[in-house]
Amino acid sequence: MSNILYLAEHREGSFRKPALELASYAHALARQTGGQAIALVLGKVGADQLSRLGSYGTQHILHAAEGSFDPMDNGIWSTAVAEAAIKVSARLVVFSASLQGRAIAPAVAVRLEAGLVAGVNGLPSSMQPLTVERKVYSGKALATVVVHTEKAVMTLSPNTFGLKESSGDAVAEVWTVPTLPSLSFEVLETSRSEGKLLLSEADVVVSAGRGMKGHEHWKPVEDLATVLGAATACSRPVSDEGWRPHGEHVGQTGKIIAPNLYFALGISGAVQHIAGVSSSKVIVAVNKDPEAPIFGAADYGILGDVHTVVPALVEAAKRFKENS
Amino acid sequence: MKILVCMSNVPDTTTKVRFTDGNTRLDAAGIQWIINPWDELALTRALELKDAGAISAVEVINVGPALTEATLRKALAIGADKAWRIDAETADGYQVAQLLAQWLKDQAFDILLAGVESSDYNSSGVGIMLAALAGIPSVSNVSGLSIEGGQVILKREIEGGQQQLKAHGPFLAVVQKGIALEPRIPSMRGIMTARTKPLEVVPAHPVAARTAYQAFSLPQPKGSCRMVDPEQPDELFRLLHEEARVI
Ligand SMILES: Cc1cc2nc3c(=O)[nH]c(=O)nc-3n(C[C@H](O)[C@H](O)[C@H](O)COP(=O)(O)OP(=O)(O)OC[C@H]3O[C@@H](n4cnc5c(N)ncnc54)[C@H](O)[C@@H]3O)c2cc1C
Ligand SMILES: Nc1ncnc2c1ncn2[C@@H]1O[C@H](COP(=O)(O)O)[C@@H](O)[C@H]1O
Repeated sequence: MSNILYLAEHREGSFRKPALELASYAHALARQTGGQAIALVLGKVGADQLSRLGSYGTQHILHAAEGSFDPMDNGIWSTAVAEAAIKVSARLVVFSASLQGRAIAPAVAVRLEAGLVAGVNGLPSSMQPLTVERKVYSGKALATVVVHTEKAVMTLSPNTFGLKESSGDAVAEVWTVPTLPSLSFEVLETSRSEGKLLLSEADVVVSAGRGMKGHEHWKPVEDLATVLGAATACSRPVSDEGWRPHGEHVGQTGKIIAPNLYFALGISGAVQHIAGVSSSKVIVAVNKDPEAPIFGAADYGILGDVHTVVPALVEAAKRFKENS
Repeated sequence: MKILVCMSNVPDTTTKVRFTDGNTRLDAAGIQWIINPWDELALTRALELKDAGAISAVEVINVGPALTEATLRKALAIGADKAWRIDAETADGYQVAQLLAQWLKDQAFDILLAGVESSDYNSSGVGIMLAALAGIPSVSNVSGLSIEGGQVILKREIEGGQQQLKAHGPFLAVVQKGIALEPRIPSMRGIMTARTKPLEVVPAHPVAARTAYQAFSLPQPKGSCRMVDPEQPDELFRLLHEEARVI
């Protein structure tokens, strides 16, 4: 009987796909250990949202509504998670490999004297000792990691496990973290681009590279994203040139993403780019060079000029959406 | 103010990785070792701040075997004032962080910088574990660091936005894209003076690892790419819907 604690992140009170995927993962882990899947929720979230966690197999929720959890502070958040883990006697603590999850998981591991495995991509192959697979060398290889300690902390790579619904009700318990430290840094300013679909949460990503030739040619890229309900991304030189905002840069030195569908338009497919997108389920490449390495990473390819092919894809996507 | 940059030594990012000893170890033959790209950018930013007069010294440290001294020398050539090597072969990030934390007890740095991940094991852990073990505040996803009139201002990425923070007292920052634009490269003079700069080797206390890499494997190669006629764009969406089932 070993419990699984997971941090259910929310955005302004609603759970997004990564949190529900993590709930599914925690539930599957709990079935292997015979314990409970327990969610920790930090900050204000309504009852209707909390109940959603139950439909992904969560049995118990610790809801710390009161406390200065916004902004995310490594000290405050890791204390809250570690205290919760002790309270529910969690053997495993799991996070999404999100900005927050990656930031606090190592501190929680230190507090709990637990081994840390970052970016796992599935369920453990053994629970005793805990043995689990993760990507290494920027996605060029897989490694099997064994944890020597009794407790373990893991972060789950997004979109590797998927959503798995299960019937059930979660019991929510209002909880106050006993000893929260104060904020470690003074916040001077916060800016958020409201309502925009986040690259980290998007199922479909439309990304374009230097083959577009200049920022003024991005209209069809954005149109394709709009029709498909996708987020936009770009290669590094595109953001370096200032054609697109830095937040869109994907790859080894940018964001690492794993959507269901990734469009690479006028992107050569350098290893450092592929390192950020190779976990995508399906990759579509449009390039005028048949030798472009991106075709080696892609599932579907179109050999042609982005300036004619992308507008044609926009029209075809519209037709597809109308008929489905 | 003094800055310490934690540096890991990784295979060049274009390396084709291969494994030996029954897939338990990286085959080091022919590998070119580099400073982890994030750490190189962190060092670059630290030196920019030193050039601007806000920082008195920039030191770098690596936990690793003698092999890593080439990259430490490169950091000195780029402009670091001093390099440290804690002499150990480590099995996981916890061990690295613990060795760094023990060493740090006798040091006085105002700002510690670590990268978001090493491009070999990508374990994204050492920086934050070090801060937790040393009991100093940490901040992650840092894309900007400036010092104005003695005040340390940080820019960090948050989900869907950005934040500006002010630090009071020593801290560790985990840095990512944006911290510096292009990594600084060593000048001829830098390479010459690097030879006379200190590179101090510190013995390691024994620390047990908490995790171990048991075996490595290569991902399944992708099946071949299916080409779609550019004149038939509707066909692509049919395939994505009916065959790949992603839309
Ligand atoms: C340490 C390091 C880290 C890096 N990190 C990243 C990273 O995180 N992300 C990243 O993206 N890069 C990264 N890079 C850079 C990477 O090596 C490549 O230089 C970069 O990805 C190339 O971007 P691109 O494909 O947009 O441009 P290019 O390499 O210039 O490719 C443009 C492509 O468009 C095609 N094309 C041109 N015109 C047309 C047209 N009219 N129609 C159709 N196709 C056309 C060309 O055939 C070509 O394949 C990194 C490099 C280093 C050294
Ligand atoms: N052996 C090491 N010696 C010194 N610093 C390290 C070492 N390994 C990792 N780091 C630091 O920790 C960061 C994250 O590495 P990792 O946790 O290995 O992904 C790196 O960018 C370095 O700043």
